[in-house]
Amino acid sequence: MHNKTLAELARDLKARKFSSEELARAYLARIERFNPELNAFITVLQEQALAAARAADQRIAKGEAGPLTGLPIAQKDIFCTQGVKTSCGSKMLDNFVAPYDAAIVERLKRAGTVMLGKTNMDEFAMGSSNETSWYGPVKNPWDITKVPGGSSGGSAAAVAARMAPAATGTDTGGSIRQPAALTGLTGIKPTYGRVSRYGMIAFASSLDQAGVITCTAEDAAMLMSAIAGFDERDSTCMDKPVPDYVAGLDQSLKGLRIGLPKEFFDKGLDARVGDAVHAALEVYKKLGATVHEISLPNFWLSVPTYYVVAPAECSSNLSRFDGVRFGYRCENPVDLMDLYTRSRGEGFGAEVKRRIMTGTYVLSAGYYDAYYLKAHKTRSLIRQDFLDAFKQVDVIMGPTTPTPAFGLGEKTDDPVTMYLNDIYANGVNLAGLPGMSLPMGFVDKLPVGLQIIGNYFDEARMLAAAHQYQRETDWHTHRPAAFA
Amino acid sequence: MSLSPDDVKSIARLARLSISDQDIPVYARTLSNILEFVAQLERAETDGVAPMAHPLEMSQRLRPDRVSETDQRELYQQNAPQVEAGLYLVPKVIE
Repeated sequence: MHNKTLAELARDLKARKFSSEELARAYLARIERFNPELNAFITVLQEQALAAARAADQRIAKGEAGPLTGLPIAQKDIFCTQGVKTSCGSKMLDNFVAPYDAAIVERLKRAGTVMLGKTNMDEFAMGSSNETSWYGPVKNPWDITKVPGGSSGGSAAAVAARMAPAATGTDTGGSIRQPAALTGLTGIKPTYGRVSRYGMIAFASSLDQAGVITCTAEDAAMLMSAIAGFDERDSTCMDKPVPDYVAGLDQSLKGLRIGLPKEFFDKGLDARVGDAVHAALEVYKKLGATVHEISLPNFWLSVPTYYVVAPAECSSNLSRFDGVRFGYRCENPVDLMDLYTRSRGEGFGAEVKRRIMTGTYVLSAGYYDAYYLKAHKTRSLIRQDFLDAFKQVDVIMGPTTPTPAFGLGEKTDDPVTMYLNDIYANGVNLAGLPGMSLPMGFVDKLPVGLQIIGNYFDEARMLAAAHQYQRETDWHTHRPAAFA
Repeated sequence: MSLSPDDVKSIARLARLSISDQDIPVYARTLSNILEFVAQLERAETDGVAPMAHPLEMSQRLRPDRVSETDQRELYQQNAPQVEAGLYLVPKVIE
């Protein structure tokens, strides 16, 4: 049963082919078997999962089940989970037991899903390889010498190795799309403001957005219907009606205008990844879509803009970790300054400290205008490019990443090289647009992803485009043989 | 843009981060690389461009001024490193 999609599992639960408890046990057994090698989970919730599954079985028996009742999922460890350790991949929060549930956790619990555990991630979501986690790197199930991507690397590895049928993630600059691409999965980062950020540990508040990693676009649509929507506890969450994403999956793609940004196909892109994008576009043409070359002339500014905006916001957000109210505290502080600096110095890892310092520098007197204000202006230019493009096309497509998964340790010495792995992803967050990644083939026996960028709040169309591609192709059905 | 070891120490102090002396050169190198990389922004023509702080054009929503939270101090303080009589304890700050 572990190779089934969420949609198939939901049908089987409804038809009583197996119970939610049996399903949870099957996945928990796979976690026990494969997690020691992949390190995808920080916390496994054996008892709680079985209790939730039994409660779901009762609801199913009473005929009170909703579309997600009884389905197991994994939660990224960035989401607060009441009474459960919520570490954010950091030593700083290794001892933190969340006193409340994040909005997305609350909604998925209410929908009757069964939380299997909390997934590993780059520390405070800062990384593209899952190597910055205090709990150690996650391995890519397609090749354990490769990274699974990050920061939602644990979620991606968990779903790719079928230790969970689906998982949540967050995407500040590619952290859902990039790991989904590198592990052969479907990932969606909704429009900024579509999903509540309440209870999601903040990295860069004007960029952070929660989403999901699944096997198929249909599964993503099922979960999106549960997690999207207004929440007054997140002041940037939009009060807009949520469409029925599942019902929208079959909307016709006839006449869909697909924009192909010529800047995405420049140096830096592995030509074989580019070829896979062009092959995917042929499928779309057969479905009745038209392909148009477009230009995002300020695309070259997206990564440098991102690495001013995101660290600046991170340095402010992470100032709350002071060793006083929660989180790690150093031993025997001599005075308050010593308590602050050593608790933070010892509690945070190298990449988090690097980003806090970058942010502190660009926000400091004398540099603010040259970096921070300048980046806000270039951010405007980047958004304007997308607004102009969406006057001509309905969706934008291109590669999710320039290359397939890279080796563990390969990019850890040079942060800038690591940052460039998200070159096609960062601009989407800066503009606040929705983005997806879906499997579109293999390069060197490793999966590569097709990125779809949608217009604001146009997730339904993006999901439909992904779903219908998946009806024509079988890339999303491939599984890593070592974890069959 | 190249940061000296002293620059790194001063940024670390502003950020309230203790950094060991042996780690300073690595931070000096990597932070210099990052700043050099983001310095590309200088080449962008931005005269007359309005800065963008936020992706959505929305005004900040205000909530009604009424009590919506209950007192959960004891629950929240369970995560604190050191508390006494409902207070968070820190090293003495006034002699």
